[in-house]
Amino acid sequence: MSDVEIKTLTMNFGPQHPAAHGVLRLVVEMDGEIVERCDPHIGLLHRGTEKLIEYKSYLQAVPYFDRLDYVSPMNQEHAYALAVEKLLGITAPERGQYIRVLFSEITRILNHLLNVTTFAMDVGALTPPLWGFEQRELLMEYYEGVSGSRMHAAYFRPGGVHQDLPDGMLDSMDAWIKQFYPFMKDIEKLLNDNRIFRQRTVDIGVVNPQQALDWGFSGPMIRASGLPWDLRKSQPYDVYERMDFDIPVGKTGDCFARYLVRIEEMYQSARIMEQCVAALRTVTGPVRVDDRKISPPRRGEMKDSMEALIHHFKLYTEGYKVPAGETYTAVEAPKGEFAVYLVSDGTNKPYRCKIRAPGFPHLAALDMMTKGHQLADMSANIGSLDIVFGEVDR
Amino acid sequence: MTEPLQELGEYIAQANERAVMAAYVRLGELMIDARPEGLIGLLTFLRDDPRCLFKQLVDVCGVDWPEREKRFDVVYNLLSLKNNQRVRVKVATDEATPVPSAAPVFSSAGWFEREAYDLYGVWFADHPDLRRILTDYGFEGHPLRKDFPLTGFVEVRWDDLQKRVVYEPVKLTQEFRRFDFLSPWEGAHQVLPGDEKADEKAKS
Repeated sequence: MSDVEIKTLTMNFGPQHPAAHGVLRLVVEMDGEIVERCDPHIGLLHRGTEKLIEYKSYLQAVPYFDRLDYVSPMNQEHAYALAVEKLLGITAPERGQYIRVLFSEITRILNHLLNVTTFAMDVGALTPPLWGFEQRELLMEYYEGVSGSRMHAAYFRPGGVHQDLPDGMLDSMDAWIKQFYPFMKDIEKLLNDNRIFRQRTVDIGVVNPQQALDWGFSGPMIRASGLPWDLRKSQPYDVYERMDFDIPVGKTGDCFARYLVRIEEMYQSARIMEQCVAALRTVTGPVRVDDRKISPPRRGEMKDSMEALIHHFKLYTEGYKVPAGETYTAVEAPKGEFAVYLVSDGTNKPYRCKIRAPGFPHLAALDMMTKGHQLADMSANIGSLDIVFGEVDR
Repeated sequence: MTEPLQELGEYIAQANERAVMAAYVRLGELMIDARPEGLIGLLTFLRDDPRCLFKQLVDVCGVDWPEREKRFDVVYNLLSLKNNQRVRVKVATDEATPVPSAAPVFSSAGWFEREAYDLYGVWFADHPDLRRILTDYGFEGHPLRKDFPLTGFVEVRWDDLQKRVVYEPVKLTQEFRRFDFLSPWEGAHQVLPGDEKADEKAKS
């Protein structure tokens, strides 16, 4: 029998594909059902955020951060707020810091609920997203309560948060946390020992610690590979050092380990929420810095104080000037290390604002992760990467 | 907190005299100005030296300073999980001179450098796959350069007659406005209309 030459088939995946989690286009070289090489084409959602920020004042740049990773808006505002605060040399007041940590953890649960459940949907389970989205809806009501907006909150500002929590929100959160633990048990019951879910995820897309470092992984991705690294513990910001929580670490580095890490992180986030809610009942005071050159005056003050009116006008037209300097400030966003590299030239607009999105290096490693896997494992891998194109494309 | 970083910076500078121009600490962050020639050696040293162990390259980006002769900075942010430290390496270059690619040292550099090439037009020598990454297929120009207008040059729309997307020069219904918010009484020097020659007269 003569040798038969088998040609690899080039296949297009996306950009409109339910398992692509947005607008991802993959050009995949297939040998039968086996993936030989995959080349992600990104940028279909590129909006030039970094360029736009260079033309906006420091305050006007805040809402752009909601629109990067639109499933975890507040964590990204957090990174930006911390970066600007560092350049300005200010710190948010204690109550503001507690509120920021509280909402960062709410956001983490929001993000992981979306990721874990849609990941389950990618590999064939329809019930988890239906259950999970109900909880997400409840959490987004807290977003709406503090900022008036369910997603694009623009709530964390340089110098604190925009306004204090409304009355009764802490009681409502207590009640929510109580019902969240049994809910998580239900989700785990659906998936942990589910035969199909395990078959689709165990030993799929294994990343060893060496590769995780080399490819710039962070967040749940690096922890699932067995490296105990969390910026909330190692480089704590705001009041994270006062919080008591554990860092889950995976053993195997496969899709299932990443799923387990995210599940456990939700429990831990709920624990942090509990501590923040308890602390906020006793910690009183302002929620943003009391410097009129940075944070605007209250509405009531403006009615009878000329200075307040002038400050308000100056802050919302010109903004404030930030001393020249540069900083790379990172936070532990739900998806990994989200950082802002901010260069200021001393004017009221950022000179350069590079956004380091965790999903970007994760997606870059997709080729390495899927090589030799079947095409169906591609969607499991993409699901476990937890990518959102708002932040990858920027 | 800054002292150990300062010491580390001096140590790195001593061990890599050929590559490091300056090492200093600003706002509690260690920065190293490097020469492009020694960059790969420096990054390898930072990755493998037992006192550094910066095993992760977390970010590479460009910064544009059009008034400088070497107008671009390429900024590498590295992270050491072991020592819980960060370091920032900066290399200056211009439109024509390539910077050696860090992809052989850190795999994550591949995409970051593609992005810097796409947005700034910085060339990376020996990069395995230097293509555009974020901008449109067939895009011209490098959008994050300071001399690239915010509105861009072309706009796209769906043409119903031709049944395809067409590219046209940007049409602005209102002129692009860029306000100068720098207050006249502090900071920017603003010349009042008619006063342009006053300074020259005073000088002569």
